[in-house]
Amino acid sequence: MIWKHKHLLGLEDLTRSDIELILETAKSFKEVSSRDIKKVPALRGKTVVTLFFEASTRTRISFELAAKRLSADTLNIAANVSSTSKGETLLDTARNIEAMNVDAMVVRHSSSGSVLLLAEGLNCSVVNAGDGCREHPTQALLDMFTLQEKFGRIEGLKVGIIGDILHSRVARSNIWGLTKLGAKVTVCGPATLMPRGIEALGVEVCYDLKKVLKQSDAVIALRLQKERQQDKFLPSMREYSTLFGINQAKLADGNDHLIVMHPGPTNRGVEVSADVADGKQSVILDQVTNGVAVRMAVLYLVLGTKE
Amino acid sequence: MDSRFRGNDMGRGMGLLIKNASIVNADKIGDKPQDILCLEGKIAQIASGIAPGNHEIIDAAGKKVLPGLIDIHTHLRQPGREDKETIETGSRAAVKGGFTSIMCMPNTNPVIDNAMVVEFIIREANRVGLCHVYPVGAITKGQKDEELTDMAELKASGCLAFSDDGKSVLNSRLFRLAMEYAKMLDVLIIEHCQDPLLSACGVMNEGVVSTRLGLKGDPGIAETVNVARDIEIALYLDARVHLAHMSLKRSCELIRFAKSQGIKVTAETCPHYFVLTDEACSTFDTSTKVSPPLRSREDVQAIKEAIADGTIDCIVTDHAPHTKEDKEVGFDGSPFGLIGLETSLGLAITELVKPGIIDLCQLVDKMSSAPARIVGLANKGMIKLGYDADITIIDPDREWTVTREGFVSKSKNSPFIGRKLKGQVEYTICNGKIVYHAPIA
Repeated sequence: MIWKHKHLLGLEDLTRSDIELILETAKSFKEVSSRDIKKVPALRGKTVVTLFFEASTRTRISFELAAKRLSADTLNIAANVSSTSKGETLLDTARNIEAMNVDAMVVRHSSSGSVLLLAEGLNCSVVNAGDGCREHPTQALLDMFTLQEKFGRIEGLKVGIIGDILHSRVARSNIWGLTKLGAKVTVCGPATLMPRGIEALGVEVCYDLKKVLKQSDAVIALRLQKERQQDKFLPSMREYSTLFGINQAKLADGNDHLIVMHPGPTNRGVEVSADVADGKQSVILDQVTNGVAVRMAVLYLVLGTKE
Repeated sequence: MDSRFRGNDMGRGMGLLIKNASIVNADKIGDKPQDILCLEGKIAQIASGIAPGNHEIIDAAGKKVLPGLIDIHTHLRQPGREDKETIETGSRAAVKGGFTSIMCMPNTNPVIDNAMVVEFIIREANRVGLCHVYPVGAITKGQKDEELTDMAELKASGCLAFSDDGKSVLNSRLFRLAMEYAKMLDVLIIEHCQDPLLSACGVMNEGVVSTRLGLKGDPGIAETVNVARDIEIALYLDARVHLAHMSLKRSCELIRFAKSQGIKVTAETCPHYFVLTDEACSTFDTSTKVSPPLRSREDVQAIKEAIADGTIDCIVTDHAPHTKEDKEVGFDGSPFGLIGLETSLGLAITELVKPGIIDLCQLVDKMSSAPARIVGLANKGMIKLGYDADITIIDPDREWTVTREGFVSKSKNSPFIGRKLKGQVEYTICNGKIVYHAPIA
């Protein structure tokens, strides 16, 4: 299998074998992180910049560690801009950074499609760390990696994605990735946060969390942004957690071998209760561990392509 | 100096004789070529074998001769955003696209809500002298949706129609009052139908594509509830209303029903609504970001049918120039709009006439006669003795490719760049003078 992509902008454009190659590559890199000396020289001499226009701790650190464990030089830039600020700032900023001979740029931005603008306007590799509501490919890849680790396969798995589907790039990337690998995906959340025509992406819609917990092998609970209530999508956080929050009592009625995932950071007591987040069915910390391995694989692959 | 364009100061005094003209009016195509003599801005004679005299002569053999095209919906950006377009560059784009009369929308800075701005635009358009420019007055002062403008004064200074285009008059009571007042003055109200609360800052059509792209959706109901409201108000007041840039199947159904009830509603659409679907947004090309947004395949089909059956009365450009700096900032941040003056005729011929959806006569109706009738431009929209000598000569079969460099508009925000179109404007004649001629191929 040969990797041919200079950028990783989303999973929509990848084939099943592209995704399998990333997951396979991540497997060997996971081993690196468990060593006493957690470093390989794969990207020695390369420079990786993380350019984040939105707040992030986990994803940024995960990318930084991934690059460092591959021996790349790293630089983190937290660009403080409001959501209304213009993309020209984005491209200008990125071009200035690139002019210092950067090999890869890991970008997060609040506008959907912004990473496409960068990939077009820059010569270096661009890795999407989340663009608006569109894609967050490495999150979905680490979710799939975790699923594969737990179940030994993805084909045929039943996966529920719970919460604010409308605004979720994690949901979209997971839908692309999981369906390409043969999983059956059900999305579940308030009707006001369910995007129109989502079925066309090859998923089922269900508004009954109990049913989803019963039928699924795994559920991914999405983070609920507090602003959604101010935007009137929800009557109250209380009602949200009653209908769509996962707690131990609801889990007890669910599928026995169900695992609970969350991209983090969790609003404990909203999407998942504390006992679920810390409970034996939760794989939330495994996801975090796997995130580094998956991001190592992605950086290794995109920087290994020849033009 | 671009020799294709001839403004006011050139060629004065001479008559213009168009030889061998195959005349296309909305009601019929002339059965044999005739000569048209234009004198002092009027069509002075239509006959065979008119003597050449001292007149400037055009041989139109093999071409089609149409009444000058009329676009009742453009944005010229002057005053205020002269970096995007000016009355001069917009006039050039208009005559290159075959238009001899255009109406410019009031969302300028300052807004066209007082006589001084109207007079400035008309004076500047006359100085440029390429085509007729009719300012559309704002319905509300500053387009703020609070108080009506002094419509009578605006009418006296040259406004034939009123609109808060760019947005709807959200306050329904104020809109009702505007319609009543406009009825008294016998001027047209043009409504931009888009309920901003329902649009909720959407940047493209709400549907499967917006879901896929993770872009904020603007639902069709933002348009249709506004259409339904305006139809009800028109019925109640027995007043006229013209609905701008219709983009939806459901809007067409509502208008069709309203017309069947005798309600005085007219409607327009733009080429992008019968050529492009929301799939075009998949590239995140900001020239596909337009308001109302590009819709579904089903809507595109319905718009074509509504053009053919007369539900939609006319085709306008909604020419909305934006600079590269303003447009190339990512999809969310980019302003809405695309340029259309130079591509509309080609798109209409390629997508409507060539496939047989409408014939050339209907095209003339949609792009000249009907707009003249709707806004009350007397003596325009037909090639007829005594009418204004506004004439567009086209070669409907000549193919050309839309290029960025080819645009004479100041802005280049067109989603049609690279597209091959049939139908080329050869000459544009305004007030009996050649104002534009295409370079010899």
